Amino acid sequence: MGAQLRVYRQKIRGAQTTKKITRAMELISASRIQKAMQRVQASTPYARAVTRAVSAVATYSNVEHVLTTEAENPTRAAIVLFTSDRGLAGPFNSQVIREASELRTRLEGEGKTVVHYLVGRKAVGYFAFRRRPFEREWIGETDNPTIATAHEIAEAIVGRFVQPTDEGGVDEIHIVYNRFVSMLTQEPETVRLLPLEVVEGVADDTDAGPFPLYEFEPEVADVLDALLPVYIESRLYNAMLQSSAAKHAATQKAMKSASDNADKLIRDYTRLANNARQSEITQQISEIVGGADALSSAK
Amino acid sequence: MADLQVSVVSADAEVWTGAARQIVARTTEGEIGILPGHEPILAVLAAGEVRVTTTAGQVVAANAEDGFLSVDHDVVAIVARNAALV
Repeated sequence: MGAQLRVYRQKIRGAQTTKKITRAMELISASRIQKAMQRVQASTPYARAVTRAVSAVATYSNVEHVLTTEAENPTRAAIVLFTSDRGLAGPFNSQVIREASELRTRLEGEGKTVVHYLVGRKAVGYFAFRRRPFEREWIGETDNPTIATAHEIAEAIVGRFVQPTDEGGVDEIHIVYNRFVSMLTQEPETVRLLPLEVVEGVADDTDAGPFPLYEFEPEVADVLDALLPVYIESRLYNAMLQSSAAKHAATQKAMKSASDNADKLIRDYTRLANNARQSEITQQISEIVGGADALSSAK
Repeated sequence: MADLQVSVVSADAEVWTGAARQIVARTTEGEIGILPGHEPILAVLAAGEVRVTTTAGQVVAANAEDGFLSVDHDVVAIVARNAALV
């Protein structure tokens, strides 16, 4: 067999093996998307109930709370960055990291010191490789986020937020994550989590009767104390679930195009291999014919 | 009298939902009973069970520690991170 032919055959085999792997990964993430989307949906009633309660407080009272108060002169900001633990997801991680570094540049341009909280091994790897400092990390469960982790993150960042700035506290907290738009699109999204911008709900006056008096138990301030961290937690949880669904969608897309590319490679190399084989045969024939000619003319 | 529309919600699922006649919950201030037509309230729950008497007369008990209870126009939400039926 010709050397060229052997090289092509080797490349075809290589592409076939790769294709098997990428195809399997595509199927795995396709099945996981469904589950991740169900989890996003299952968490919606909670998020809705919490949001409704917060906006009820905002609508029916005018209490100032430390978590909703803007610092007069913000000097320190925190970014919570949600990436995945594993790669092979196309631009999933790079786009969200880019978004975060743009945000960082912007905040630093406003004269704020930026600290980072990282979720997902990819973000930690990125920061460790560039020897950039970060405050805390949470890794190992981006595929399957739990409310316990969201609670832990919420506790950590709220703790920082209520600390005075000169003792290491922060004045602003932003989150950056991939939002699951559809199976084909995942968009990096930046949200300022703290201080909270509570959108006041409109008191519905469709119901007959006087303006409803809202009762708070124990006191409005205490209710807010309990409620706002829960709200933050549910926002974080939602970001984690969205990010996990988006990760599976991104993996599926990336692996699909990898499988398609492998198909194309296999086809191209098969053509080349056929060409090489054909030209080898042609060469052998012409050698034989030439040899026979030479022999007969020598007689 | 109208019924209460109750939903018990935990962080990752809607645990129970249905119509109810009465709800007894324990807030940080003490026990509170809610009947249809209750004024809007937002209360922080303390450790303990929330008992929901359904329109059929059954009692559904749920654990809703660290959660809160909201009532608004006979729509009741019992929300807690780890809410679960007992």
